[in-house]
Amino acid sequence: MASRPDERVSTAKGSGSLTADPKLPPTAVDEAVREAEDKNWTPAKIALWAAIALLGGVAWFMLAIVRGETVNAIWFVFASVCTYLIGYRFYSKVIERLITNPDDRRATPAEYKADGKDYVRTDRNVLFGHHFAAIAGAGPLVGPIIAAQMGYLPGTIWIIIGVVLAGAVQDYLVMFFSMRRGGRSLGQMAREELGIIGGTAALIATLLIMVIIVAILALVVVNALGESPWGVFSVGMTIPIALFMGVYLRYIRPGKIMEVSLIGFVLLMAAIIGGGLVADTEWGSAFFTLDKVTIAWGLIVYGFIAAILPVWLLLAPRDYLSTFMKIGVIVMLALAIIVVRPEITVPAFSEFASRDNGPVFPGTLFPFLFVTIACGALSGFHALISSGTTPKLIEKERQTRFIGYGGMLMESFVAIMALVAAISIDRGLYFAMNAPAALTGGTVETAAAWVNSLGLAGVNVNPAMLAETAANVGEQSIVSRTGGAPTLAVGLAHIMQQFIGGTALMAFWYHFAIMFEALFILTAVDAGTRVARFMLQDSIGNFVPKFKEASWRPGAWLCTAVMVGAWGAVLLMGVTDPLGGINTLFPLFGIANQLLAAIALSVCLAIVAKRGTFKYLWIVAVPLAFAAVVTITASYQKIFSSTPAVGYFANNAAFSKALADGKTEFGSAKSVAAMEAVVRNTAIQGWLSVIFVVLSIIVIAMALVATIKAFRNHSAGMPNIDNEDEARPSKVFAPASLIPTPAERELLAEWNKLPAELRFERAGHHK
Amino acid sequence: MSPGLAAVATGFRGFARYLGGVLGADAYAKYLEHHHAAGHGEPPLTEREFWRDRTDRQDSNPQGRCC
Repeated sequence: MASRPDERVSTAKGSGSLTADPKLPPTAVDEAVREAEDKNWTPAKIALWAAIALLGGVAWFMLAIVRGETVNAIWFVFASVCTYLIGYRFYSKVIERLITNPDDRRATPAEYKADGKDYVRTDRNVLFGHHFAAIAGAGPLVGPIIAAQMGYLPGTIWIIIGVVLAGAVQDYLVMFFSMRRGGRSLGQMAREELGIIGGTAALIATLLIMVIIVAILALVVVNALGESPWGVFSVGMTIPIALFMGVYLRYIRPGKIMEVSLIGFVLLMAAIIGGGLVADTEWGSAFFTLDKVTIAWGLIVYGFIAAILPVWLLLAPRDYLSTFMKIGVIVMLALAIIVVRPEITVPAFSEFASRDNGPVFPGTLFPFLFVTIACGALSGFHALISSGTTPKLIEKERQTRFIGYGGMLMESFVAIMALVAAISIDRGLYFAMNAPAALTGGTVETAAAWVNSLGLAGVNVNPAMLAETAANVGEQSIVSRTGGAPTLAVGLAHIMQQFIGGTALMAFWYHFAIMFEALFILTAVDAGTRVARFMLQDSIGNFVPKFKEASWRPGAWLCTAVMVGAWGAVLLMGVTDPLGGINTLFPLFGIANQLLAAIALSVCLAIVAKRGTFKYLWIVAVPLAFAAVVTITASYQKIFSSTPAVGYFANNAAFSKALADGKTEFGSAKSVAAMEAVVRNTAIQGWLSVIFVVLSIIVIAMALVATIKAFRNHSAGMPNIDNEDEARPSKVFAPASLIPTPAERELLAEWNKLPAELRFERAGHHK
Repeated sequence: MSPGLAAVATGFRGFARYLGGVLGADAYAKYLEHHHAAGHGEPPLTEREFWRDRTDRQDSNPQGRCC
């Protein structure tokens, strides 16, 4: 403690006023007792952690060093879980000691702003699940699958190491700093800490990034549902099911959320089974077989209507359904992988790991693998959830480590399981599914011939096997089903059918997986459109005050239309892109997400510096530098690379030249219209990359300026402005992590002995 | 009921309560508890009013969902 005098100064703000209520037991475990407990390494504890370290080491050895014919999926589980446990037990505690310095004697916003509605003290384990459900979506299920083109090892290392050193650090810090600021949003914190230029750049970047993220998530759904009558029917049925649930909760039985979620779940299963029956009939197949452009337009119209309908009717009930499914599916997938333990034949590094012309996404391993896997390793979008919503529900300051850091570890585990599901299928099948139709030709014969021509070790597919897989999962074709979702669904069906039901149930499991991914994505699309609309309204409101009124219909509708129009345009661009869509747009999604992470980490850097913690600034600076280098390099290559497959403008120039030369087809574009589309798309994608990277560089620069200024002030002995809420004494106690320590148990027992009227008293409430 | 079955039932109820907490099904109970503890003069919202108010406030205060 004495060796770190610099933190004491900054966290001392208002600590003097933290006089505990004499009628109550202590609201925090005594510092010295906690330290002693932490340092008390009993033989049992040493043995436990040695065993965890050993098991993790063996698992990593099996994955990274041993080069057998196959590797068992269980090693992925051990390597990840053991690394997470060590990261959580040791590294997150280092961050807690050196950076955040939580003080359980201080009341959290849920206590001093308690209103029974938005600010509510929530049990840490419940909040953990709640936060996890809010951060985990389709992202960690898609990125790792696309990245599997390079083999399993690069993705596995980045997901596991990245989360421990970067992703979970970001989530934890943003959550903690937002909690200290009464639950302020990332945008508000950026404005406060980085000033008007940095704050505005962060706001515009966030808005644009949300547009890109929503568009590409929507593209994943469109690709999964195109030419799939079963998928269209069952996913389409989620809308009436959600509407029914909304009406049920509003008018029939208000507040019976568990009940309606169960009903919804049963209806959902019925919709999946019904989809198979409907798709088998002639009329069903004719009516629900839609091409991708039609589905994209449907989604755009849906997105607009969903975002202007009241929350209770569609968004809230689907959110319940999606949370219910999320937890169920993830538990089920984990169990299935542990029980089935599939053998993985994919090599650690594939032939594409050392090349820049992979068919699934172009570009070299560095930096593109690190932007392709965003969610699961480091996801900037989480900063929007970790600030704002969750901090208003936290009961005690020390719990932020469990909820913020631990919650992100869980998401990383989901990404690992998605990776395992994707690599458990045949590698030839993987490439036939994930390469664009421009390469595979779209039929089983051409796809098989193309895959075999790649010359990949041990890969030999035949048309019959591709057709049989499609028939097994109840689809007309699985060739070029890009976007990751169908591959995950096939992988999940492949694992689950060995667990329950056999081949007969494969089609059910496939559509079950498509359904839950679509459910997550539709919720994200709807919520993202709403959040973006409010941000736009708020920004326009600075010039036209009328727009700030959320209830002013014309303003709300206009802003919704603008946001839907923006992501809709990108979506249509992706759907009609002659080059394939996912492979050109997905890097933009990852870059956008990581740039948002860089912005969030920049804000954290400035805050940590202002608190006077310079010696340990590297804890934030290292992930920030990594995210900045990765995204700026990726953006640079996307903008300036002379390889047409990688650089947007190089591609643009190549196609423009072909058009000028009077060619009527070029590369994978088979007509003049297609060539013009490529020219248009690459220009838009290129300029979007330019705007993102410029805005993010501005934010990072402003954070560095703020950091240097804080350092100068600190050296000159001048105080830095601290935007934390005033410290107020807490009047409650709760343990910090999943399992209470002996000292926490002792203290809990003391609290349990208190008379009820003292125990439930809320501090600092407005009277 | 045998002790084993009772334990399973307790475990299941605990799990259901946890899942309900994650979904936010206990929000009204928490609101009542808060209202009671804070000693407000006016009567609390009824269950129907509370849930209406809750979703209606989300209309003007949207919460993001992640990707």
